[in-house]
Amino acid sequence: MSEPLVSVTVRQREPAQRLAEREAVAASMTVERLSAFYGKFQALADLTFPIHPAAVTAVIGPSGCGKSTFIRCLNRLHELTPGARVSGRVLLDGVDIYDPAIDPARVRQLIGMVFQKPNPFPHLSVYDNVLAGIRLHRSRIPKPQADEIVERSLRAAVLWDEVKDKLGAPGSSLSGGQQQRLCIARALAIEPEVLLMDEPTSALDPIATYHIEELIAELKQRYTIVIVTHNMQQAARVADYVAFFLGGEERTGRLIEFDTAEQIFTNPKRRETEEYITGKIG
Amino acid sequence: MTGTQLRTTVGTDTEFQPRLPLRRKVGAVFGALTVVAMAIGLLTLAALIVDVVRDGWTVLSWDFIRSFPSRRPSEAGIRSALIGTVYIMVLVAIIAFPLGVSAAVYLEEFAPKNRLTSFIELNISNLAAVPSIVYGLLGLGIFVRALTLGPSLIAGALTLILLILPIIIIAGREALRAVPPSIREAGYALGASRWQTVRMFVLPVAMPGILTGTILALSRAIGETAPLITIGALTYIAFTPKSLLDPFTVLPIQIYNWVSRPQPAFHQLAAGGIIILLAMLLTFNGLAIVLRARLQRQIRD
Repeated sequence: MSEPLVSVTVRQREPAQRLAEREAVAASMTVERLSAFYGKFQALADLTFPIHPAAVTAVIGPSGCGKSTFIRCLNRLHELTPGARVSGRVLLDGVDIYDPAIDPARVRQLIGMVFQKPNPFPHLSVYDNVLAGIRLHRSRIPKPQADEIVERSLRAAVLWDEVKDKLGAPGSSLSGGQQQRLCIARALAIEPEVLLMDEPTSALDPIATYHIEELIAELKQRYTIVIVTHNMQQAARVADYVAFFLGGEERTGRLIEFDTAEQIFTNPKRRETEEYITGKIG
Repeated sequence: MTGTQLRTTVGTDTEFQPRLPLRRKVGAVFGALTVVAMAIGLLTLAALIVDVVRDGWTVLSWDFIRSFPSRRPSEAGIRSALIGTVYIMVLVAIIAFPLGVSAAVYLEEFAPKNRLTSFIELNISNLAAVPSIVYGLLGLGIFVRALTLGPSLIAGALTLILLILPIIIIAGREALRAVPPSIREAGYALGASRWQTVRMFVLPVAMPGILTGTILALSRAIGETAPLITIGALTYIAFTPKSLLDPFTVLPIQIYNWVSRPQPAFHQLAAGGIIILLAMLLTFNGLAIVLRARLQRQIRD
């Protein structure tokens, strides 16, 4: 089993010292015995695995295995659905984000999210879309500071050069790929610790997808990233760690295997993982 | 193979018969029927406008707009009615809009989805269908008598507000429901509270729809006669209201008054009043269309 199951070039690992430096500044998360419910239906059962700092953790698995539910548990978005609830713990740098003393709005500010379909605010310009998150916390931002935040965020999302001359245009006038990068810039503007991405490229064409994947590789220098994807090649290209979920008979998502991307794609321990990544199931 | 299949429109030896000519004929007949239906509505409006303009054209002048009503048709005008209508509409708009939008926001964004909420929703739809005269009786009982406001400007405005509030609430809820859930999620994911999400992201996107609904509701209120007569609005007023508690009249009442006179000269005055009322109404509706188009363009591209 030394031959990779999916044809990918496994990226060159960084020197250990630089990696240690990055991990010291980025946040880590831990999922402990996490279960999620919609009313009586249990969507996720008893998940436990770490989310390593300054690295990309990909969640893969067939449709309906609870990938999206899982990622929505990481920033407490799941509980907004009527009847939805969660049990277990999700730690951000050792603090349980489900602690009753913790404000979910604060959790969501520290753990940014990018959605499947680009969703820039249609009534706001590119400029105001980037600032939307900051304006929730501070209604007045001095113009020079606002300009600086907009430029920094758009540069971080590798969108600045494409939109710097049309910052006043509505966010929805950009192309799909640009809109998604605008949403990333919007999430980065409020300086999160972790970035969640729920199938961020499933609505995009291959070139826009390529740009987003390049961006993810760039962003993990500073941010801890969790990405849900149903595209195995994508997981292999961008991820450092992979969690494989499977729904089973009663459609309750369970963690089948968690390991480094290298291990999962070249030498999975579980038979189900191997069958899934070689295309036999799912 | 495909070429021959395309050319012979009716498959001879297969079970499946597309019957394209028949389908095309049915389509054409139905198309013609819809054109007739549309023409009936349009011709009615055209006939109405032509008839009214022919009758009332001669009385239209600055004097007609500037003068108070009079016993002598040659001196009569619509000043008090026009000003009364403008006052009433302004009052109705500034009170009904925030009330209606707030109620819609509560029902759509904050209320728990349970039986009580759906019971309230059902009854708001019922209220929108209640005949306007019933609202007149309600206004007479509450505003004119119980609150002793008398047949005043404010009592008239409050009565009309009750009448159009359900319409604004329904239009507002539909506009809010049309905002995609992804917008709300984007707001929450940035750390917005529920109220911030509604105020900063959902309401602005729903605003074109809300405004259109409100303006259409107002244009319903502008033509109402029965509830205002019920609360005791005067049919003859030779002064303009100076305060909210002064008596008033509005254009439809003035028109009704003139039409019920026997002299033909007053009928011409009524036609003149109708032209002014229709012009205001069309201006309102035009405004709604322009507003919607502008806000939507802003949002779309």
